[in-house]
Amino acid sequence: MRLAILDDGHGFGAKVMFAMIRLFSGQRVVDAVKLVMYRPDFYGGPMKQVTHEAMRGPSAWSIGDRELMAAFVSKVNGTEFCIKAHSAVAERAYGDGGRVSATLADVDSAPIGEPLRATLKMLAKLAREGSVDANDMRVVLAAGTSRTQIEDALAVSFAFNVTDRLADAFAFAVPGPKVFQAGAKFLLSRGYR
Amino acid sequence: MSNIGEARKVVVARILEGEGHASHAQRKAAFDNAGLVEPLRTMVDKVARSARTVTDQDVAAARASGLSEDQIFELIVCAAIGQAVRQDDAARAALEAATKE
Repeated sequence: MRLAILDDGHGFGAKVMFAMIRLFSGQRVVDAVKLVMYRPDFYGGPMKQVTHEAMRGPSAWSIGDRELMAAFVSKVNGTEFCIKAHSAVAERAYGDGGRVSATLADVDSAPIGEPLRATLKMLAKLAREGSVDANDMRVVLAAGTSRTQIEDALAVSFAFNVTDRLADAFAFAVPGPKVFQAGAKFLLSRGYR
Repeated sequence: MSNIGEARKVVVARILEGEGHASHAQRKAAFDNAGLVEPLRTMVDKVARSARTVTDQDVAAARASGLSEDQIFELIVCAAIGQAVRQDDAARAALEAATKE
C-alpha cells in the first residue's frame, strides 16, 4: 500500500479484528479490507452500502452474473486484485470456473446468454472510454436486456469503477489463490456489509 | 431491482461535505478533476483517467508538497468517486434517451 496509514493507521477495534483474522485464518488481512476499515465514517462505511446493494440487492441478474460483471469491468480497468477477487467469487457462485475464464478471455465467444454478453460489452466501453451513448444502450436492449437489468448492471459498474481506481492508486498487494478462495467464500456467505 | 441512488448520494455528500483533513474546496476539485495545481493535478488526473498508471513517485510528490497521508487518502477517494459518478451519470442519461423514444 502506498499510504502507511492504510497499512497500520487503523483504530484499536480494527487492529483487534485484523489480529483475530490472522489468528483464525492464518492469512494476512487483504488490502481491500484494510481500505474499508480505515476511517470508515469517511469512505468504507457509506461505500459498503453501495457495494452491497449493487452486488446482493434484489436483481434479475444472479449473484454470479454480477460478480462476473465486477471481474469484467476490473479487467478493462486493468486492476489485478479485483479481477482475481471477483473471478473467484463468480466461479464459486456459478459452480463453473470455465464460464468466467472464457468470458474474461473473449466475451464474444463465451458460453453466456446474449443479454449478459451485450451488457458486459457496454460496461467495457463505459470503463474504457468513460461514456456510452443511446445507440450503445439500444444494442443492449435489443439483445433482450430489460431497462431494470441495465440499471442494475450500472450499479455494479459504479461500485467497481470506484474500487478499481482505489485498488490501483493505493497499490493493493495481490495475494495467492488460497486467499482469494477464502475471500470468495466469505463474500458469498456475508456479502459486502 | 437494486437501487444504489440513495446510497450513492450519501457517499458523495459524506466525502464532499463532511468533516475531513483536506479542505472542502480541495476535495471538490479532486472530485471534479479540475482546478488543481501540480503535483496534485497529475496524481488526481491519473486516478480519474488511468489509475493503474499512478506511481509511488506521484504519491511521494503529493506528500512532499506538504499534504498529509490523510489528505492524500481523501483526495484519491474523491477523485475515484468523482470519475465513477460522471461515468454512471453519462450511462444513465444514455439509457434514458434510448428508452424515451
